[in-house]
Amino acid sequence: MVEGLLYLTAALGATAFLLALGRFIRGPSAADRVAAFDVLTIISITGIVLAALAEGRGIYLDVALVYALLSFLGVITVAHYLERSV
Amino acid sequence: MSALLPAMGLLLSAAMLVAALMAVRGRRSLPISILAAGLVSLLASVQFLLLAAPDVAMTEAAIGSGLTTFLFFFILARVRHD
Amino acid sequence: MTALLDLLGAALLAAGSAFLMFGALGLLRMPDIYNRLQAGTKATTLGTLLVLAGAACLRPEWWPKLLLIGLFLLFTNPLSSQVLARAAHRTGAPRSPLTRIDQLEERGGGGS
Repeated sequence: MVEGLLYLTAALGATAFLLALGRFIRGPSAADRVAAFDVLTIISITGIVLAALAEGRGIYLDVALVYALLSFLGVITVAHYLERSV
Repeated sequence: MSALLPAMGLLLSAAMLVAALMAVRGRRSLPISILAAGLVSLLASVQFLLLAAPDVAMTEAAIGSGLTTFLFFFILARVRHD
Repeated sequence: MTALLDLLGAALLAAGSAFLMFGALGLLRMPDIYNRLQAGTKATTLGTLLVLAGAACLRPEWWPKLLLIGLFLLFTNPLSSQVLARAAHRTGAPRSPLTRIDQLEERGGGGS
């Protein structure tokens, strides 16, 4: 039961990854791609948590923390650039 | 749970190929190319993590995806400004 | 007791992953950038928080790090979404024709 739910989690996460990647490829403007980049980072955090659970190593969660910090900084940087380049 | 990590690695490899293709042929738009290169770096960092190297993954995420993207956009804004 | 906690954690993981999937679906299907930002930020924030709660149920000894990641995401995710929406509005991103009210435009472009 628990095993099946974990596989279901991985399948749903992979679907979400592919959908957000589709928006990253298709997105007409740069702002759409930044939104898709943000969502891809958040889905990667979920993947890292799943990998940490599968391997049983808590040190992986530090990388997830770095990811959370980094998605914020990246979006702020690109938004600043987009506002200045009007 | 043994088949989970190799499947994640394969999916990430395919996505990295797509993002690298976008970074090279980025529709003649420099911000889109920089974003795609940042995505390649981000996914490479997850790959390092799946290969059980969390320290390398942290460095790759901070420098490859964070600092390089920030530096590119900062310099691009300065160049456009002048 | 611990089997029950494991089951609860796995169910929370699956629910959070489903929210992530719906958020990404909205990101792909919505008509313009503002709707995409709304779907992509709200649903994925809730999904990630549920996933972190599920991981805390499966491995109770990891709760400080998971709590830190959750709090960080809860603080920074709406902020980055709002900054990105304001940048899109200032660069004149096209609106969906179904959108009829733009209060930021009526108030003069959002200050500063």
